[in-house]
Amino acid sequence: MNEARPDPDALLRAAQREGRGRLKVFLGAAPGVGKTFEMLSRAAERRDSGVDVVVGVVETHGRAETAARLRGFEVLPRARFEHRGQTLEEMDIDAILARRPALVLVDELAHTNAPGSRHDKRWQDVEELRSAGLDVWSTLNIQHLESLNDLVASFTRVRVRETVPDRVLDSAEIEVVDIPPDELIERLREGKVYVPEEASRALGHFFSKSNLSALRELALRRAAQVVDTQILELVRAQALGGIWGSGERILVALSEQESAAELVRAGRRMADALHAPWTAVHIETPRSLQLGDGARKTLADVLHLATQLGAAVVTIPAASVTEGLKLAVAEARATQLFVGKTARSRWFELRHGSVVDRLVREMPGIAVHVLPLGNTPEVSRPGTGTATHWGMPRHYAIALALTGVVTALGSYITSLGSITNVALLYLLPVMAAATRFGLRPALATAVASSLAYNFFFIPPLYTFTISDPQNLITVLVLLGVAVVASQIASQTRDQAELSRASALQNSTLAGFARQLTGVSQRTELGMLLCGETARVFDAHTVLLRPAGGELAVEASLPGNVQIAPIEMAAAQWAFAQGRPAGNGSDTLTASEWSFHPIASGERVHAVIGLARRDAGRPVRPDQLPLLLSLLDQAGQTLERIALEEQMTDVAQMRERDRLRAALLSSVGHDLRTPLTAVVGLLAEIEPASAVQREQITQARGEAERVNRFVANLLDMVRIEAGALQQSLEPVDLAEAVSAAAHDLRRVLDEHPVEIAIPPSLPLVRIDPRLFHHCLINLIDNAAKHGPAGTPIRIAARRRPDGIEMDICDAGPGIPAGEELRIFDSFTRLDGSDRKGGTGLGLAIVKGFAEAMGLKVRAQNRPDHTGARFVIGFPAAIISPIAAEDLA
Amino acid sequence: MTGTTVVLVVDDEASIRRLLRRALERQDYRVIEAGNARETVAALAIDHPEVVLLDLGLPDRDGLELVPVIKRTGTALLVVSARDATEEKVAALDLGADDYITKPFDTEEVTARVRTALRHRARRENADEETVRTGDLEIDFAVRRVTKGGTEIHLAPKEYAVLTELARNAGRVVTHAHLLRKIWGPAHEADLEYLRVTIRAIRRKLGEEVQSSCIRNEPAIGYRLIAG
Repeated sequence: MNEARPDPDALLRAAQREGRGRLKVFLGAAPGVGKTFEMLSRAAERRDSGVDVVVGVVETHGRAETAARLRGFEVLPRARFEHRGQTLEEMDIDAILARRPALVLVDELAHTNAPGSRHDKRWQDVEELRSAGLDVWSTLNIQHLESLNDLVASFTRVRVRETVPDRVLDSAEIEVVDIPPDELIERLREGKVYVPEEASRALGHFFSKSNLSALRELALRRAAQVVDTQILELVRAQALGGIWGSGERILVALSEQESAAELVRAGRRMADALHAPWTAVHIETPRSLQLGDGARKTLADVLHLATQLGAAVVTIPAASVTEGLKLAVAEARATQLFVGKTARSRWFELRHGSVVDRLVREMPGIAVHVLPLGNTPEVSRPGTGTATHWGMPRHYAIALALTGVVTALGSYITSLGSITNVALLYLLPVMAAATRFGLRPALATAVASSLAYNFFFIPPLYTFTISDPQNLITVLVLLGVAVVASQIASQTRDQAELSRASALQNSTLAGFARQLTGVSQRTELGMLLCGETARVFDAHTVLLRPAGGELAVEASLPGNVQIAPIEMAAAQWAFAQGRPAGNGSDTLTASEWSFHPIASGERVHAVIGLARRDAGRPVRPDQLPLLLSLLDQAGQTLERIALEEQMTDVAQMRERDRLRAALLSSVGHDLRTPLTAVVGLLAEIEPASAVQREQITQARGEAERVNRFVANLLDMVRIEAGALQQSLEPVDLAEAVSAAAHDLRRVLDEHPVEIAIPPSLPLVRIDPRLFHHCLINLIDNAAKHGPAGTPIRIAARRRPDGIEMDICDAGPGIPAGEELRIFDSFTRLDGSDRKGGTGLGLAIVKGFAEAMGLKVRAQNRPDHTGARFVIGFPAAIISPIAAEDLA
Repeated sequence: MTGTTVVLVVDDEASIRRLLRRALERQDYRVIEAGNARETVAALAIDHPEVVLLDLGLPDRDGLELVPVIKRTGTALLVVSARDATEEKVAALDLGADDYITKPFDTEEVTARVRTALRHRARRENADEETVRTGDLEIDFAVRRVTKGGTEIHLAPKEYAVLTELARNAGRVVTHAHLLRKIWGPAHEADLEYLRVTIRAIRRKLGEEVQSSCIRNEPAIGYRLIAG
């Protein structure tokens, strides 16, 4: 793939979006979460900041709060038209287009228009508005999204008819309007929720807490997904990766072979390249039951790797790999299948047939990718001579005893008269051995039976000679029956066992998943996970989560589990590496505990530890896939919780910012108004004496100081909020200094200002307002510290590396070592002679100066006659136009 | 107490209106008050004020929207706004406001500004003046002569143009953009360097220090020729 080539499709889509209005959707989990209210509130902010906002259509559903929020908006009247004698009303799209606002509010995106309207659906109206270049804000409940319609209907038992295609949402900015289910249920009880017709029928059921939790999760996930897609889209348009989204779906078939990891990575690469979802599947055949511990562990690792790389992982029990894969392909609607092929002997393929050949033959219409894999390790081959395959000696003994019994019975029956079919009797021990003990004991029984039959019943009697060919057939039939019956029986037995194991695993997972849906707290999840793993694996469990930079026990079962330092080291390792550690792993195996990371994607959220009471291996290799699935689910849930918290944080932060801004602007306004009145009233007083005149002047000076304090407070907040907006322009430093001195003229009554700035000094590009505030604070500071009557000297000079300006006072100077601290907020230096002041002024100087790229420092004057504040202007901001150019 | 000149004071704070009313009435103006945009528009139509003092922070409308409305009636307009609202001030001046006053303000300053605005308005009605005098500076438009303390000052054409533009608006702030547009042309509206350097040259030729110059710098807004 050419990394530098931008994806043409993505570019095209980006180009289409240019000139098209943007859509923002306020997405909610259910009616009543406050989408419309939120939309109106946010739109009001826009409106107040000067954006031309109109309301296309908003349904208040009689809610007073919403109706109140609607006040102050320009609401366009709806279009009325006649349809079969009825007057119908709909949003007036033509009126909106004619009005051409910058932003239109269109409530309820999923709404179906009345018959006779231009479009059937309101989302189509919105598309038209966007095509015309208008920005649209709208609202939507998650169950109205087309792709989720079935899913939502399946658990809420309420099917909505009004749906919106997913692509509408995919191109939108999404804002999730989220309230906790309990609160929503409370609002419902108080009658604050308008219930749509569809939901009213199944009201009680729909608004159950578990449904609301599930819907909420869907909404949050969907929002996250859309954001992901949009980022991907952007990345792709800028040629940072991938090719195009294609509707391809990839299925990777995994086996217990170590080299299957290659297959997983190949699948991931293809998925990335096609921007396709992918699934990793393991087909559990009867053979899987015979896998050794090593193979099981490998399988678990491979499945885990697939999860980590973003695959959906499923396990499908089936009689054969081919059957299972057909099922998996159908279920995942896969278009690309990845299988591995190990180098096998010709003989093996002749005997078993090639899985690959069969797949290609039996599944037309799907691309099958075959990857050559390394040699199959022996462990994974069936029939490699374990006790299980040979059966137990006891089984042979029983089977032979049965054969003896049958022989005795046969002898007794023949002694009563000649019966030719006595051979049939031998079917009994063969069948019994085949069904109960498996193939090899059955074959042994068949051989023993035919020998016994030959010896005792076929003439010549008491010899192993067979003279009649008919009797040869009897022997062969017995052997055949033994083989067939044992195979059928063993398959049935294996299948039953497999189904049982798989059913147990699935029910465990499903139960856990159900419980997780309602979880909204980390501690709750910890208890749940500990309880579940303790039950399933019959072990002690502990959940560790980072707290203050260290892993700490969050939940455990039993409740008072202590983790020794060596165990903690294993847990730390598991957390840091995102891989299992401790007992049963390859790392820090001395630990009694086995630790497994709980992760989602690359991010490790927590670590779970398991230990057996008898210090044995806590998780058997065949249980590993189950454990990993449980942990993957837990990881997803932790991710979801983190997302939810983030959303709440963002909402809280936004609220806090809003309150702070409101508070500050009211402080600014409310303090300035009375200050203006005070200053004005002082000016009106006719002083009767020189003393009074002095007092009035002083009072005015104080009032102005309060004003500067308010201004500083507001400036400080702007610095801390990072909200400094600069507009740079060429500034004449001499002019800037005189303007500041002019503003401070009343403070400077007692301090003559001596300005020594050469007229030839070049202009500098800075923000004149920020610099004005810097100067005001520096001059004010100098005036505060210099004894009355002493001058403030302000000088500037050209330096090789720019321009340097200094402000010198005749005060006590700066205590040694405090030269840096002096610029901190609210710093009052010990031993310094303070006359009022807030400790904010110098912090603002520093904040503003640094924002403009200037450097400030404080020092004592070389002759120790006071403090000197230096502002350095780098050469880069010096304006190139020299005074001589235009003089 | 009732003079002939009518001043309309627009502010949503009653205490500020009272303060301004007292200060202005002492100067023999007749004062009308308005607390919001609606009352302002009504007062404009009924009382025909000669000067409007407009606080830009109104409860019902953005004060800036009222600027063109007020200017259309031909009255002098002074906007009142907070210290930080530089853009707001420039916008108001560009829309035709005669000057601005920053809160908190001196009432003496307000009455001085009102006087300047009225004088300027009267001047415009009485057609072009021949000369402008401020301090010992005298500009004779008819013969394009600038003298300071009786000595003739030789200014380059751009310098003369800038000085006369400021002089015609003596006492009022003239925005950077206005000066640049008028003297260098619309293409140079943002070339503030030209203006800064020209002002510097004027001051040098007038023999003035920056801090005692008759041309005062209003940071981020413009220049003002001190009247008087």
